[in-house]
Amino acid sequence: MSRTFLGMPGIPHGTGNLGGEEPFPRSAARHLADHQMRANLANATGTIRAKRASVVSELPDWEELRESGRAVKEATMARLDEHLVELERRVTERGGTVHWARDAAEANRIVTDLVRATGAEEVVKVKSMATQEIGLNEALEEAGVTAWETDLAELIVQLGDDRPSHILVPAIHRNRTEIRRIFLETMPGVDPDLTDDPRQLAMAARAYLRERFLRAKVAISGANFAVAETGTLAVVESEGNGRMCLTLPDTLITVMGIEKTVPTWRDLEVFLQTLPRSSTGERMNPYTSTWTGVTPGDGPGEFHLVLLDNGRTAALADPTGRQALHCIRCSACLNVCPVYERTGGHAYGSVYPGPIGAVLSPQLTGVEANPSLPYASTLCGACYEVCPVAIDIPSILVDLRGRQVESDRRPSAERIAFGAVARVMSPPRLWRSAQRLTRLGRLLARGRATLPAALPPPLSKWTRTRDLPTPPSETFTRRWARDHGDRT
Amino acid sequence: MSAREEILARIRAANGAAQATETEVPRAYRRSDGRPPGHPELLDLLEDRLVDYRAAVHRCGPEEVAATVEGVLTEALGPDRAEVLAAPGLPGTWTPSGAGRDDGRPAVRLSECGAAVTGTAVAIAQTGTLVLDAGAVCGRRALSLLPDVCVCVVRADQVVGGVPEALERLDPLAPLTFVSGPSATSDIELERVEGVHGPRTLHVVLVASA
Ligand code: SF4
Repeated sequence: MSRTFLGMPGIPHGTGNLGGEEPFPRSAARHLADHQMRANLANATGTIRAKRASVVSELPDWEELRESGRAVKEATMARLDEHLVELERRVTERGGTVHWARDAAEANRIVTDLVRATGAEEVVKVKSMATQEIGLNEALEEAGVTAWETDLAELIVQLGDDRPSHILVPAIHRNRTEIRRIFLETMPGVDPDLTDDPRQLAMAARAYLRERFLRAKVAISGANFAVAETGTLAVVESEGNGRMCLTLPDTLITVMGIEKTVPTWRDLEVFLQTLPRSSTGERMNPYTSTWTGVTPGDGPGEFHLVLLDNGRTAALADPTGRQALHCIRCSACLNVCPVYERTGGHAYGSVYPGPIGAVLSPQLTGVEANPSLPYASTLCGACYEVCPVAIDIPSILVDLRGRQVESDRRPSAERIAFGAVARVMSPPRLWRSAQRLTRLGRLLARGRATLPAALPPPLSKWTRTRDLPTPPSETFTRRWARDHGDRT
Repeated sequence: MSAREEILARIRAANGAAQATETEVPRAYRRSDGRPPGHPELLDLLEDRLVDYRAAVHRCGPEEVAATVEGVLTEALGPDRAEVLAAPGLPGTWTPSGAGRDDGRPAVRLSECGAAVTGTAVAIAQTGTLVLDAGAVCGRRALSLLPDVCVCVVRADQVVGGVPEALERLDPLAPLTFVSGPSATSDIELERVEGVHGPRTLHVVLVASA
């Protein structure tokens, strides 16, 4: 890999809520100071981690499922154009209408026009990352349409005029006392004696939203999967708000990233096993709905599917980074990430936080627009271990860092270091002489376990915050050659 | 160029640039549980999983279904209970006296009913899942969604081991609902609360083979 990948001419990047205004280190430092949030997060991620580990260990064929999931996604991407055309054909055959959106603005325009055509002034929404990514609620608001989020956590976020901080549990940063306060302040007609018991809070949300479900004419959803061979869409959820949205209104509009496609019905047998166990740590989530076009007498009479690119094809052109498109948004990598656990989701600035966000967001926007996110990781590898589709997040991060360094013209310690690593790792002879150079490091360390904190500038920028282990007296390749009598 | 043509062209260019090649998909995972549908161990496993989700499970013989459903409804709704609606094609021998048939009424009125009684298309023991297929025996999707109590009747021979065996028995073109326990949320400090928007109570009547 002597040349880093800097994007494909002619394939534009995505836009929308994919990056923050300030670089990750600065926002992370700010969020680290929020002790309430850190306590909530540590508690929540710890609980989910334990539940996940227990239900995953129940399946003797977990690794096989993981490998199949990875392979299905890889195979899908290799012929994504054909699968999308097939999906479109099947959905259309069954009475649905398919729309294509190059970017966020086009998707927002399509959905807004569709809603306007129905005459509705409000829509109910089931949690969808894609619509958050494109900022659909804001676009609808500008057009005079109110969007009601119906997922409990999304509702908490919306009523609290806040932003989601976790893919799956968007209000993970709020505790029960804060939620009670938000409900009392913002929910019309709420019982003033509401306590902070989660059951009571959930029942308040049930009463508040039931009315809206029953009167809604239009619903907007995302999709977890779309089966090309049958035209079937799937939404995986817990509360039943998804079922309400998919079943009750006259018109259903589904906005879906093109990468959510799977070729066959049978492929779902893999993901319906790995997704719930990885995300909520349940054997199966309470409700999964699947539907194909329109079914007379049952559910919406009108169905629109909006297929969204918004930078996905740009990511697809990257030989390493395209893996990020395999993500099934289970959020397991967030829950194991030591960086996420401490900074929380808001620090990432994008709707996709955590390890997957650190690779996906810069791929969608181009790394120039998100230069600090590839550094939001310690490269510990825990995210890769838990990922149900085996995305090698650490490798993509390293690759993105190299690319970020390359795209940035100003010289910096990282630029010099990563540029040098990339050049040196390719030809084996150079790599070996570089390894010999590390002996110099041993001299500097003078027998201690780590190198002195202060290397001369510009390298001091790196060592100020990191302990660099003293290089070993012998490289691995040399030792291997000695122990095995092999020549390298 | 239309958005459709442009996106398809971008995909082809991207795949060309990344030199993507289609690979074989290995399927070394378990595709069958090994135990035939309705095996006594599968019934026990299904019950165990459902109870774990805090659904109530009632076992009965093929002759006792209507009486069992009746008992469940009396317990769940009390003596002067709100209207109970059964799926249009629910077998007569499963339908308690006094239950009406779903007549396709609007959602607002369906929401006022006390309970719904439906059949099931297939049940998955390993995950504690019932799948409803919106046919006459299961009823339209709103029926098992809006009333606060849902009673699902499952025949022993409909209980399979794992997810792959269930999917191959289902018609993907039908609107399917996979139900694993009552609706639930863990959005508040990850504490599980049953019954948010869907039915707050799920009763499963598991019918032994004749
Ligand atoms: S990258 Fe893997 S672990 Fe992370 S959310 Fe996506 S599928 Fe889950």
